[in-house]
Amino acid sequence: MENKTVNIKINGNDYTVDGSLTILKACRQAGISIPTLCYMENICEEGSCGICVVEVAKSHTLQRACITQVYDGMEIQTNTSRVRQARKTILELILANHPQDCLNCAASEICELRKISYDLGIDETPFEPTKDLDLPLDTTSPAIVRDLNKCILCRRCVKECEIVQSVNVIEIAGRGINSKVSCFMDKGLGESYCTNCGQCIKVCPVGALTEKNDVDRVWDYLADPKKHVVVQTAPAVRVALGEEFGMPVGSLVTGKMAAGVRRLGFDGVFDTDFAADLTILEEGTEFIGRLTKVLNGESAHLPLITSCSPGWIKFIEHFFPKCLPNVSSCKSPQQMFGAVTKTYYAQQKNLDPRDVICVSVMPCTAKKYECLRPEMDDAFDHWKDKLMLKDEDHFQDVDVAITTRELGRMMKEVGIDFEHLPEESFDSPLGESTGAAVIFGATGGVMEAALRTVYEVVTGQALPKVELEIVRGMKGIRTADIPMVSADGKEIIAKVAIASGLGNARVLLEEVSNGTSPYHFIEIMACPGGCLNGGGQPISNDPNVCEKRAAALYSQDEAITIRKSHDNPEIKKIYENYFEKPNSHLAHELLHTSYVERDLYELEKEDN
Amino acid sequence: MEEKKHLLEQLHDIQDADKEHHLSPKKVVELSEKHGYSPAKVYGVETFYTMYSTEPRGKHIIRICENQSCHMANAKNIIQHLEKKLETSVGGTTKDGLFTLELSSCLGMCSVSPAMMIDDVPYGNLTEDRINEIIDSYKEGK
Ligand code: SF4
Ligand code: SF4
Ligand code: FES
Repeated sequence: MENKTVNIKINGNDYTVDGSLTILKACRQAGISIPTLCYMENICEEGSCGICVVEVAKSHTLQRACITQVYDGMEIQTNTSRVRQARKTILELILANHPQDCLNCAASEICELRKISYDLGIDETPFEPTKDLDLPLDTTSPAIVRDLNKCILCRRCVKECEIVQSVNVIEIAGRGINSKVSCFMDKGLGESYCTNCGQCIKVCPVGALTEKNDVDRVWDYLADPKKHVVVQTAPAVRVALGEEFGMPVGSLVTGKMAAGVRRLGFDGVFDTDFAADLTILEEGTEFIGRLTKVLNGESAHLPLITSCSPGWIKFIEHFFPKCLPNVSSCKSPQQMFGAVTKTYYAQQKNLDPRDVICVSVMPCTAKKYECLRPEMDDAFDHWKDKLMLKDEDHFQDVDVAITTRELGRMMKEVGIDFEHLPEESFDSPLGESTGAAVIFGATGGVMEAALRTVYEVVTGQALPKVELEIVRGMKGIRTADIPMVSADGKEIIAKVAIASGLGNARVLLEEVSNGTSPYHFIEIMACPGGCLNGGGQPISNDPNVCEKRAAALYSQDEAITIRKSHDNPEIKKIYENYFEKPNSHLAHELLHTSYVERDLYELEKEDN
Repeated sequence: MEEKKHLLEQLHDIQDADKEHHLSPKKVVELSEKHGYSPAKVYGVETFYTMYSTEPRGKHIIRICENQSCHMANAKNIIQHLEKKLETSVGGTTKDGLFTLELSSCLGMCSVSPAMMIDDVPYGNLTEDRINEIIDSYKEGK
């Protein structure tokens, strides 16, 4: 339909609005708020909850504002007693089947249902429950816990998983009071092709979806005097943690974060950014290697695709296993950090690697799954013969991964006054990092960081401008041509692409899969906007949350004097003293990995 | 809509061809791969409609009506008797794998209630004796 305007009345006032709008959008434009529960713009517009009802003149029934289009002459009333009463009844009916567990619900502070109930002045529901609220918790996933008793069937998670992530692992199954969000054959999330991205957690209006809480495991390690417990914090954590303490969205809290974790009792306060720099050297070298081969007419798998995002890795393993040779063999920064901690660092500090515990703080739920992957135990393999370790000594490279939200909870638990903490720095030797590493937290950041190094290695010259604006931004898919002249005078145009969100990743992967991808290098992050909007980040209702957090990351990059990974002095040292050079034998042993072809429906197929 | 209709028909085909009268996960996965649906989505459809079963069922499906007319005509006792006779409860399958007992909404046979269907064959005016006769006739290999 063409964009014609219509004249409508809202609560007696005249408005001229675009005729394609819904009542909800027209009202919001006019500054009139209408409560919603199931609605997410462009993602979930199914009108299932009914909380947004309004009165429309000449309509017998109340209309759902989120799915009803305006028409010329429409007269809308948003706050009559009939509307208020209907909304209350709808809420009371939802609440009749909702556990009254707010005191010990992880989502209590952000629960939209609780907030709307409060706003609408609900005290007690007069209705009897129609459901038995005794469905077992789904704890099959190492990343996500589902309590379907709390689910209000809004479908937001289903749509997020389908429309944004194109994973589509959950759907509403059954009908009537037996309806519930379900995986194929009612399997657990951990037994399905869920990627652990956690985007569903971020959209759930109640506490039905939460990360697996690993806080107590961290406390236990910290309380064990035999253990040397180190912590690493990912780039994106420092631009979001403040929000857990009421600071504005986009606050950069690097120094306070270091101070805060130190007060929790860690023996080493380190930075995943260090490992991000390491990743750039390893992955940059890998890229130059493959590119050179192809330019010399030899065969190599291009485009090279980044491997830092474990949700993305599980996605490609399930959906495009044939493209796995294109994925960089580099471990993610989290895992490189773990391997380095339990080898290089343990050696330097003269510690028994069995007593070193590596905790990571991540913006990500999929990291909980990544650290459990059986192939992520290279430090153990490294020491096995040297220290004659037995099977029961087995340890992971990273022992526990907690989310930004969980770190916030730990700090609250001990009463840390976060906002008034002093600015402190990370410990040495795994605390030094560059501006290139910090931007890993935003979509395009890994690409930009890699190009800062690759350009210099290939051309022998520094980038004309260190900020590569061309790869920045929040558009789901971005592409760029980077012209370079190699030291021997050859002209090369590196074609790069960046996608964030698995739905966008799928688009680029279809091309790789059918052999039409024109790119040399692709960066993919499972979460829309990159790690800064990861499934483990504080949940925010600010529509510009991604832009604000990205701006904070880029400002930190600018504030750091060293902005290229290969200039990081600690990185130079680790190569001099330990790894020798990028992609060396030892680097391959500890910093690189392999992937698993996962039949998408393997688990489903096996039972019949 | 067209596609949806297509999916429902295909699910019927799969179920009808299946010797255990159900939608086997393997077949459903093949179907969803063919159509580009996610298996979870198809599962949502299979579990919405009562005519599909995700669990293996017996050779014959008994659908006994529990709606008003039959209810008034003492369907409750008839159902109890069926359960006793078959040694299984509603939703269950007999040990010999011959019958699965299911409840049904109105079969349109109110004038001869209480009523049931075994596969495609309707039976009305049910009494305990008649049920014994019918079930035995199936057991004898009808
Ligand atoms: S974690 Fe990601 S893939 Fe898994 S159900 Fe949630 S949105 Fe879907
Ligand atoms: S789990 Fe949460 S997001 Fe998903 S349908 Fe239930 S209430 Fe909605
Ligand atoms: S918000 Fe409109 S029906 Fe749920």
